[in-house]
Amino acid sequence: MGGMTTDIKLLDENGRRVDGRTPEEMRPLRIEAGVLKRADGSAYVEWGLNKVLAAVYGPRECHPRHMQNPTRALVQCKYNMAAFSVDDRKRPGPDRRSQEISKITSEALTHVVFTEYFPRASIDVYIEVLQANAGTRCAGLTAASVALADAGVPMRDLVASCAAGKAAGTVMVDLGKEEDNFGEADIPVGYVPRTKEIVLLQMDGDLTQDEYVKGLNMAIHGCEKVYEIQRDALKRRYEARALDTDIAAPEGAGKGVA
Amino acid sequence: MQASDSKEASREIVVPGDLLDSSGKEPGPGTYTEGRNIYAAQLGIKTVRQNVVGVVPLSGQYMPERGDMVVGKIEDVSASNWLVDINAPYPAPLHVNEVPWRVEFGETRKFMVPGDVVLLKVVGVDETRRIQVSMNEHGLRKLTGGMILDISPSKVPRIIGKNGSMIQMLKNATGCRIYVGQNGRIWIDGELDDIIKAVKAVKLIEEEAHNVGLTEKIKKLLEEGSRKGE
Repeated sequence: MGGMTTDIKLLDENGRRVDGRTPEEMRPLRIEAGVLKRADGSAYVEWGLNKVLAAVYGPRECHPRHMQNPTRALVQCKYNMAAFSVDDRKRPGPDRRSQEISKITSEALTHVVFTEYFPRASIDVYIEVLQANAGTRCAGLTAASVALADAGVPMRDLVASCAAGKAAGTVMVDLGKEEDNFGEADIPVGYVPRTKEIVLLQMDGDLTQDEYVKGLNMAIHGCEKVYEIQRDALKRRYEARALDTDIAAPEGAGKGVA
Repeated sequence: MQASDSKEASREIVVPGDLLDSSGKEPGPGTYTEGRNIYAAQLGIKTVRQNVVGVVPLSGQYMPERGDMVVGKIEDVSASNWLVDINAPYPAPLHVNEVPWRVEFGETRKFMVPGDVVLLKVVGVDETRRIQVSMNEHGLRKLTGGMILDISPSKVPRIIGKNGSMIQMLKNATGCRIYVGQNGRIWIDGELDDIIKAVKAVKLIEEEAHNVGLTEKIKKLLEEGSRKGE
């Protein structure tokens, strides 16, 4: 990163980026919850040209047994890029990059899930990148947290994720592919909006201290926007049919076999 | 329509992390607290009953509780235990002392084999979530014949209805024998046509669990079916 050169103008005279955005503008984000029937919870995210599916299974019995934690559940993520997700065919299977992303995503989600409710169990999260265009770890984490909530897993809050970075000497939010490839730096951030905690923070490339602070704030601001869209996606899934009556069954109703 | 509009206001969907109350009410199921604030821990519908704020989940795994009736499938057999899948995150061993027959050591296979379906009661869940199930109670037994239907465990209360009204209606209209396990497994037995009708109704309930006029819809579906049958 930063080492590569290009004749693409990452920022034009009018302060517009390659895809016409301003430095403060994010790519359009669309989230759909509950798209997979077989999974306990799922979400589909379209973020610019990124297309990411996330599926959650569990809490379920943890295999292999020696991985079980007798006091809490394990959140196990698997991030995978489809062979057709990038221009050149991506060689299928786990590699160093996807292992790293799986690990940091698991850790970010473990922080918000009430793992102590499910001792010895495992909550499995699968993130499949169908189409990649920079920022897939953020899109993956965003999708995964919606899928977890959709699965009914008890958690403290959703995790929202967004990146910021620097390209053409300007700090900007949510880098696209060209900006990521030919820009100077990229900072993906995972954020818990309610408590303002950061659960994922990485940096690739070089930034001055001022640029870093500016970028981080931009990313957090982006996360807050992502959070609203996540909440909306979850509510939308049930809103249309959530006007019902028999829900408030009296205490004890529904207990025992009729 | 007007009736549903007035109810809309009270059916608020909440997302994990939503603030439910900060006026000092009691936290109910599906919530967590921080200081005086109560937050939602699950995706669900906010409910306030007297002084308790809770969340009725819209999805989620079955978590066994003491006293639950469940429909289980025998998964494995050992010398003094059957391992039963009760659709929970944890396995449920059924000990030979917990069945209504006298079973000699090592003769467990003579009574039940993998694939058999049983009606059980959860008699204990400890803090490490180890489960004990029993078949030693009136009405609990091995289920033969019929069919099993899996639904989302969070929809079980809708299938049963207020004080069992929904399930009673189903039974009366179809003439089927039906057991609804708390774990989201339903066992249905009867004449083939009746079973098909019951399955249709159960699926509709699951799909439209949170819609207005669910009972009416089901009633209509069941009546339609019986008219055609005559």
